[in-house]
Amino acid sequence: MTLPDGGHPPAQKSYREATARRRLAGILDPGSFTELLGPSERVTSPHLASLGLSVAFDDGVVVGEGRLGGSAVLAASQEGGFMGGAVGEVHGAKLVGLLRRAERERPAGVLLLLDSGGVRLQEANAGLVAVSEIMRALLSARAAGVPVVGLIGGGWGCFGGMGIVARCCDGLAMSEEGRLGISGPDVIEATKGVEELDAADRALVWRTYGGKHRYLLGEADLIVEDDLAAFRAAAAELLARPRPLDLDSLAREHERLARRLADFGGCGDAAEVWQLAAAPEPERLPLLDADAFRRTVAPARRGEP
Amino acid sequence: MTPALGALLGALFPAGHAVREEDGIVRGAARTAAGDVAVLGSAGGAEVGVEAALALAGEVLRVVREHPGRPIVVLVDTRGQRMTRRDEVLGLNGYLGHLAACVELARRRGHRLVAVVSGDAVSGGVLPLGFMADAIHAVEGAHPWVMSLPAMARVTKLPLERLEELSRSSAVLAPGLDGFVRLGALEPAWEPPLSERLAAALSRPVGPDRRAELGLERGGRLLAAAVARRVSGEDADEP
Repeated sequence: MTLPDGGHPPAQKSYREATARRRLAGILDPGSFTELLGPSERVTSPHLASLGLSVAFDDGVVVGEGRLGGSAVLAASQEGGFMGGAVGEVHGAKLVGLLRRAERERPAGVLLLLDSGGVRLQEANAGLVAVSEIMRALLSARAAGVPVVGLIGGGWGCFGGMGIVARCCDGLAMSEEGRLGISGPDVIEATKGVEELDAADRALVWRTYGGKHRYLLGEADLIVEDDLAAFRAAAAELLARPRPLDLDSLAREHERLARRLADFGGCGDAAEVWQLAAAPEPERLPLLDADAFRRTVAPARRGEP
Repeated sequence: MTPALGALLGALFPAGHAVREEDGIVRGAARTAAGDVAVLGSAGGAEVGVEAALALAGEVLRVVREHPGRPIVVLVDTRGQRMTRRDEVLGLNGYLGHLAACVELARRRGHRLVAVVSGDAVSGGVLPLGFMADAIHAVEGAHPWVMSLPAMARVTKLPLERLEELSRSSAVLAPGLDGFVRLGALEPAWEPPLSERLAAALSRPVGPDRRAELGLERGGRLLAAAVARRVSGEDADEP
């Protein structure tokens, strides 16, 4: 088979299908990424090793420096292909280190390409503490004036403690296929029973956690197609509108969350939220592409203006 | 208010307090030898859902507005985030992220944050509030955990006996205070009188997050501090 461009495969477009490194290459300026503590350093999880499980030379997350539209940024990308992007001691410490580097170097921003089931249960306690340290380092970087932007469009979504980390960011972009929450469908079904949430009901899972509901609710700031270029544009747009970590800004967010609870607190299903929000033709919304969806729900959306 | 919470408040604040408990959420103020403090948190193992997260965030913002700089004592006894479909539909993770941001704001505005873990301390219940504190202390009965060993055996498909054996040497597996102390996440349980321990904690200078360094000193996390330092570039600053 003959490939265009002298043997290079055609450029990959899907964000979801790309690996963690490929996502970074597609989002940052071409050739600008330099990895920190990369696989050649062989820093792996001692806890997985002691359980006799296989390790990864990057412990499931790629961190480093690059450029976005010419501006210096730091970026991290979780690899869902290794233990579902879950956070262990080393994985978490790489994210903490990157956020501390941001506080020291004051780049134009930090991009977090989130793809994670949350705490890595094989090193449960260390994972939980690591997530806590990520939250502190992230909020500390923001308080120092460095915007932190989250992108969610990978196969594992963003769950558990990483779902909280996502909403500590200045802004979030999601694809329809991205999912965001704290207790994932399997966890709720296992804990509370299939009557509470049927994890096998794909439509229910997508409308509860998926990008469209999160955008309509105002949990995600942007909804984009499953496309590397679209995520790149979204990252640049969100970096340009940081959310200050001050009393006025948090008081506005508080009002917004209080209003959501007052308006939709009686809803047990996302479909009821869409109906109450007076989204036009709620039954058609799952079928629309990101552009059409954005236009259609604009009057009903409960995000920041 | 449960007798256990009443007893804890009495031991922490013998000089008096006006702390209320409602649906597992604790709010109020108290007197200590180190001055007046705000008190907030969770009790009785309460799971933190959207209402509780919003109420706690509102309380943090109220303290910031009405009592600038007043230290905040965070009481922790929570079995984690509430796990319901409704909480997920409403975006519980967003409410918890907001709570964490409010706590960070309080820190930036000079409020000292001291957490006291008296019971369960689990996942989404402890991350946005208790684990955001400058210092995280424990009293008898403190029991931080992520997952029981039998549940971990199911997830990891490893024999329970193997996990039990490993957890004797590894701090990352076994539920309970000892492991978390070795990880640097909590301090060992206070001996009475608790009011004196609290006053001392409130008087100690506040610094950056040193949990990973403590984890190294205590032998529970040998890599976290070094990895974070190498990625942050701090190592390059040293002569």
